Amino acid sequence: MNNIDALKELLYKMADDQLILGHRNSEWNGLGPILEEDIAFSSMAQDKMGQSEHLYNLLNQLGEADADTVAFTRNAPQFHCSHLVELPIGGYDFSLIRHFLFDFAEYLRFEALKTSAYQPLAQVAKKFFGEVKYHTMHANTWVYQLGHGNEESNSKMQESLNFAWNYALGMFEPGPAEEMLINENIFIGEEALQAKWLEVVIPLLEKSNLVIPEQSSWAPIYGGRIGNHTAHLQPLLSEMTEVYSIDPSADW
Amino acid sequence: MKITPAFIRNELKQVKDPEIPTISIVDLGIVTGIEVSENNAIHITLTPTFAGCPALRMMEDMVKEHLGKIENLGEITVKTSFETTWTTDLISDEGHAAIKQHGLAPPMRNCAHISMEILEATSCPYCDSNDTKMKSPFGPTLCRSLHYCNNCKQAFEGFKPV
Repeated sequence: MNNIDALKELLYKMADDQLILGHRNSEWNGLGPILEEDIAFSSMAQDKMGQSEHLYNLLNQLGEADADTVAFTRNAPQFHCSHLVELPIGGYDFSLIRHFLFDFAEYLRFEALKTSAYQPLAQVAKKFFGEVKYHTMHANTWVYQLGHGNEESNSKMQESLNFAWNYALGMFEPGPAEEMLINENIFIGEEALQAKWLEVVIPLLEKSNLVIPEQSSWAPIYGGRIGNHTAHLQPLLSEMTEVYSIDPSADW
Repeated sequence: MKITPAFIRNELKQVKDPEIPTISIVDLGIVTGIEVSENNAIHITLTPTFAGCPALRMMEDMVKEHLGKIENLGEITVKTSFETTWTTDLISDEGHAAIKQHGLAPPMRNCAHISMEILEATSCPYCDSNDTKMKSPFGPTLCRSLHYCNNCKQAFEGFKPV
């Protein structure tokens, strides 16, 4: 694997995470527990899909197919998203916890990439960073409110956190040629990113009256980055690509 | 006739944001490059406001369409680039007035370190009261948040500082 392949691997996993979670967020359209949340999840879906398109454009510049082809013609084993983002939306408690755990990781990822030696990536990271900041503020507000709400809201959030935790750790599955990216100052690497993430999310979750799962039980769920996915991804892709499959030239 | 970038910039003041039709794309701060080369060929660079903003491609087309109507111009190319990162600090004073005219609270300046507390302090575009409450950091378009004014009892939207 040369450094271009290592860079592509990084871009693919970021773009695929954004696209798939963007699609999951869009599933709240019309179903949000209150109107503002319906709007919030739909807006975040739009942000994430927009960001994924720009990342696919960077891949296109590196010789990959165009954004639509890449987004709409691959099957599950060709995707590099983490298991966390492909899980169904579940209840609002799970979607919120996932949103919290994922978006703080993205926020820190973009923050680190703002100074990437690969300029095109540094430029988009600066843009995305400002957008994802709103996602983290939204997530933290609700996690805090429901963590402190009542016994029912707290226990629902706690159960979702317990369920999501090892999936969230799976976001930081190390890439096959990360050393190259680290040595060339393109990316700080998943291990360093996870350390930053733990430093940020643990105090916030504790402030929200939630308990971090015992460290002895931490077992990151890996596989997504190398194309091994849960059974939930292919049905999502089939739905997402339904229009494209009928008419690849469909437009509005 | 030699066309100048200043002439083009002035022309682009007539191209309005499709979602906030009171503000021009120049005052919005998204026109980051105007080059005039041989034969009056025009090269415009735009920077996206939000990565997922659906108005971006529409604005590219609107620029081409508007400049296309002007005589003596050569080939017109419009590209989008992230080279200059757009922030709401790039919106001009005239742009702030235009946003307010559309009934939206203009974004606060210098909000590189945005927080919920800063958003809470958005002043009402109708009565200028600071006694407002933020309802949601997300609104009907990617660039807007939802607020309520306790003074004039009016719900309003704010242009999000980024």
